[in-house]
Parts: sequence; structure tokens; C-alpha cells
Amino acid sequence: MLSTLITGLVLGGTYALVAMGLTLQYGISRIMNLAYGETLIFAAFAAFLLFTTFGINPILGLVIILPVAFAVGYVIYGVMMQPLVTRSKKSGTLEVDSILATFGLLFVIQGVMLVAFGSNYTSYNYLNVGINVLGANIAANRLLAFALAVIIGATLFYVLTRTRWGTTIRAIAVNPNAAPLVGIDVNRTARFAFALGTMLAASGGVMISMYQTFNASMGVVFTMKALVIVIMGGLGNLMGALVAGLLLGVVETLVATYVDPGLTLAATYLIFLAVLLWKPAGLFGKAAGR
Amino acid sequence: MTRTILGFALVALGLAALAWLPTQVGAYGVGLLLGMTGYVVLASAWALFSGPTRYVSLATVAFFGIGAYTVAVLSETLPYWAVLLVAAGIGLAVALVVGLATLRLAGVYFVIFTFGLAELIRQLVTWYEVNVTGTLGRYIFLPISPEQIYWQLLALAALTIGIGWLIARSRLGLALKVIGDDETVAAHTGIDISGVKLALFAVSATIITLVGAIQAPRWTYVEPSIVFNPTISFLTLIMALLGGANRLWGPALGAIPLFLLFEWLSANFPSHYSIILGLMFIAIVFVVPRGVLAGVEDLWKRLRRKGEAA
Repeated sequence: MLSTLITGLVLGGTYALVAMGLTLQYGISRIMNLAYGETLIFAAFAAFLLFTTFGINPILGLVIILPVAFAVGYVIYGVMMQPLVTRSKKSGTLEVDSILATFGLLFVIQGVMLVAFGSNYTSYNYLNVGINVLGANIAANRLLAFALAVIIGATLFYVLTRTRWGTTIRAIAVNPNAAPLVGIDVNRTARFAFALGTMLAASGGVMISMYQTFNASMGVVFTMKALVIVIMGGLGNLMGALVAGLLLGVVETLVATYVDPGLTLAATYLIFLAVLLWKPAGLFGKAAGR
Repeated sequence: MTRTILGFALVALGLAALAWLPTQVGAYGVGLLLGMTGYVVLASAWALFSGPTRYVSLATVAFFGIGAYTVAVLSETLPYWAVLLVAAGIGLAVALVVGLATLRLAGVYFVIFTFGLAELIRQLVTWYEVNVTGTLGRYIFLPISPEQIYWQLLALAALTIGIGWLIARSRLGLALKVIGDDETVAAHTGIDISGVKLALFAVSATIITLVGAIQAPRWTYVEPSIVFNPTISFLTLIMALLGGANRLWGPALGAIPLFLLFEWLSANFPSHYSIILGLMFIAIVFVVPRGVLAGVEDLWKRLRRKGEAA
């Protein structure tokens, strides 16, 4: 029981990190990014490639992948999302447009991955040794992923809540119309937040690649989980995403251990349904900025 | 009034011609017609709900798959018409659950719920087949020819577009227009917003389920990963958007050229297929966000205004 709980928390750490990225993209940039999971899987493949062909371990890989992911997110926002944002000032259709555009993007990224890496399940062996934690035997790579998630998540949280720059970002989540009045460049900040979200997705992808098998068409599941976590935590609420992410990780591991591994997505959906019926604004009260 | 009657006569004539067509083209032609009609129904049914409400449903293949899989499971134990009825019933029930849970909330919750729905149902069916019945994949042996499938689909297409036409002229259609323009106004004029949306979603989902059920005998061998293929949702969406989800004939108009294009693409670029599709989809969202029909209308209006000014 204890070992299941710890495994669940470790898994939940990655989920929380991934969901934080999505909540940044949706809460601040106002882009509902359905291709989010594809970005994640792409980073997982990148880590795999770096490890198997160049012998670069995933930790060093992060140093390469994260800046690239940030740049990619920055470019995607500039090329794809910016025109939609500009257009929606008149028509007010940003939400629908961003859903449709990123749905198209999903198929593009997935197609590229299928061509480049094929449709087989992929994994590699990195630090696959058991370590004893409070009597539970946990693979070292999972623990490392958890530690990384904690470090990245804590840094992000600190930056967003304690620095002037982070306050700027949160101001937009609270009220995008009033933010320009106090001298905030909404467009630039939204672009930055989107790129930051892409970076978080990529970091989640690298972590998942360390301890789990993955394939090119798995992105949808990760997007779905991240979305459910974001809604459970309240849109744009970082702390909420963190708690909800850990919770989902634990629930999933419990279901996989005691019920059936094939039913984890069903469990996610069940939680989602309960949240929708009971507290659509999220477990932590009113959603920020909506 | 005479225009309406004339319109009906034209449509009836067109239907008769389409129904007669299979006798003229070969087996390949029938297959093509069948697929095309299937997508005309899917796109039209999708637009029935998503066009006026602007709630993007990504669950087309969830319902399509439910229909197809129900036929695969029940085709040997029940008569064909009863199987169709059961399939439609299951589709309706799932639609009601999804609708009741999400449609009273903001549109985004609906989109998210439908986004993963197909994957959820696929995993559930797979789990059930592996753990309970112990077989993954089923055979369908039904004495139904491609022509018969085509005629059924054609009838369903006529029915779908007919429903769309009726809704547009009814109080329900008016209510929908108000909801699409401004939900707050709609609520203040006493429209039961959730009720209207739910009813429409249920109708649309049931039709989509039936398409899956009717097309199922085409496969002979059915497996969850075949009938819950996300490309079907994607194609339906892109077709309806290209033609214009807010026009009665828009989705049908988008479905025909795109279906032919997809056939060609999947024959010639099987591995780069989804990249090309995705790029086209993005292009459509950028260039003709409200569909070709609306775009042409806008252009026509602008030209006439220019003509009047000159």
C-alpha cells in the first residue's frame, strides 16, 4: 500500500509539472492547446534519440531540449497564434479558433513523429535500479524524475509568485483587459507564457521517457490528463494544478495496482465527471481570471 | 411558396439520380460513392449541433465507433433492423450522459470531454474484450451489398439535411441562432439553453452512430483500433468547416471534394497523409474560418456594394 502511494506520488509529480505548463498556456495565453501532449511525446522521442545515438543522458538532454522547446513554443505562438489573437479582437472567437488550429497541429506533429520514429512503443534503459524508500522499492529513474519535477516546479512557483516578472504574468490571468492599463504588454507576456508552457511539456516528456514506454500516438492521453488536472485545480491556478496532479497520479496508480492497468483512463474520466458535476470551477474554489 | 416546392422537386430529382447512379459505375465507383455519402452525413450531422452552437465536438468517431462495434457484436444474434435500433439507442444514451455532464457549463468543458471520449471508449471496449470475452476483433458476416449500404446512407443523408432544414425554420432554429449569437440574451428571452443544446447534440450523435452502424458491414473484420480511428473525427470536422458549418448545404459541399482528395492522398502519400491533412486544416482555420459558402456570400455582397457605389 505504501509503495503504491509513493509510486503514485512520483508519477503525480510529472503530471503536476505537465499540467502547470498547460495551465500557463490556457490561463495566461488564452490558447487551448490540444497539441500539448504531442509536444510532450516529441520531447520524449528527442531524449530517446539523444540517449541512444549520442549517448547523452537525459539530464544533460534536458539542457539541450528545454531551450529548443522554449524557442519552438515562441515561434509557434508568433506564427500560428498571434494572427488568431489579433483576429479575435473583433470576432471574439479565440477559444474556438485556437482549439481548431491546435487540433490541426496535433495531426501535423503526430504525422511527423510517425514518419520519423514509426508507430512502435519505444523506451530506453537509464538508471533502472531499485532504491529503497521507506520500505518501498522504487526505480532510481522515477525518483530522479520526481526530484527534477520538484526542482522545476518549485523554481517556476517561486518565479511566478515572488518576482515582478511573475506578477506581470499572473496579472494577465486575473484580468487581461486591465493589464495594459498598468503598462503590461499583454501580447509579449502571453507569448512568453506560451513558450514557457511548451518548455514544461517538453520537460515532462523527457521525464516520462526515462521511466515509461511511449509511442507516437500517445499524446492525446497526456493532453487529456493534463486538461483534467487543470480543470480540477481551477483554470490558471498553479497550486491547484500541483495538488490535482499529485492526486491523479495516486489515483491512477491505485487503479492500476488494485483494479486493472487498462482502466486508468477510465478512472481519469470518472474523476473528471465528478469534478464537472460537483465543482466545475475546480477543487479550490473560484477559478482565477475566468 | 412555389420556390420551396421547386426546391423540393429538385432535391427529389437529385436523390433519384443519386440512387440510380450505382447501376452505372463499377464496384470501385460504388465504394467511392458510399464513402462520400458517409462523410456527407457525418459532416452534416456534426454541423447540426456544432454549427449554430459553436461547440466544437471532437467525439465524432466515438459515436461512429459505437455504432460500428455494436453491429459487430450483435449482428449474429439479432435481426439487422433491431441491431441498428440498439446501436442508435446506445449512441443516444452516451450522448445524453456527455451532454448532461458538460453542456450546462462553458463550451471548453464540452470540447475537453469529447476530446478524449473516443480514446476512453476504445480502451474500455478493448479492456472488456480482452478480460471478459477473451477475443479482440470480430467478424461481420451480413448479406448486405455495397449498393444497399449506399442506399441506406443516402436515405440517412436526406434525413439529416431534412432535419437541418426543418430546424432552421422552427422555433428551435430561432432559439439556436440566439444562443449562437449571445447566450446571455438567449437566457433572458426565456430560452432553455441547456435543453436546446442537449436535444440537438443527442440528435446529431444518434445520426453519427447510425452512420457507423450502417457502414460496419463494409469491413468484415472489426477491431477497436479500426473503428475508433481519430482520423474520422478529424476528417468530419475539416469537411464541415471547409463548406461552412452554419449553412444547410455547407458540410455536404465540403465533404465531396475533400473526400476525393483524401482518397487520392491516402493512395499516393500513405505515410505523409496526416501531415498534409493537418496543414490543410490549419490553412482552412486561417483562410476561410466561416467556410467557403459564407466567404463567397461575403465576396458577392462586397462586389454588389461596389457595383452600386459606382
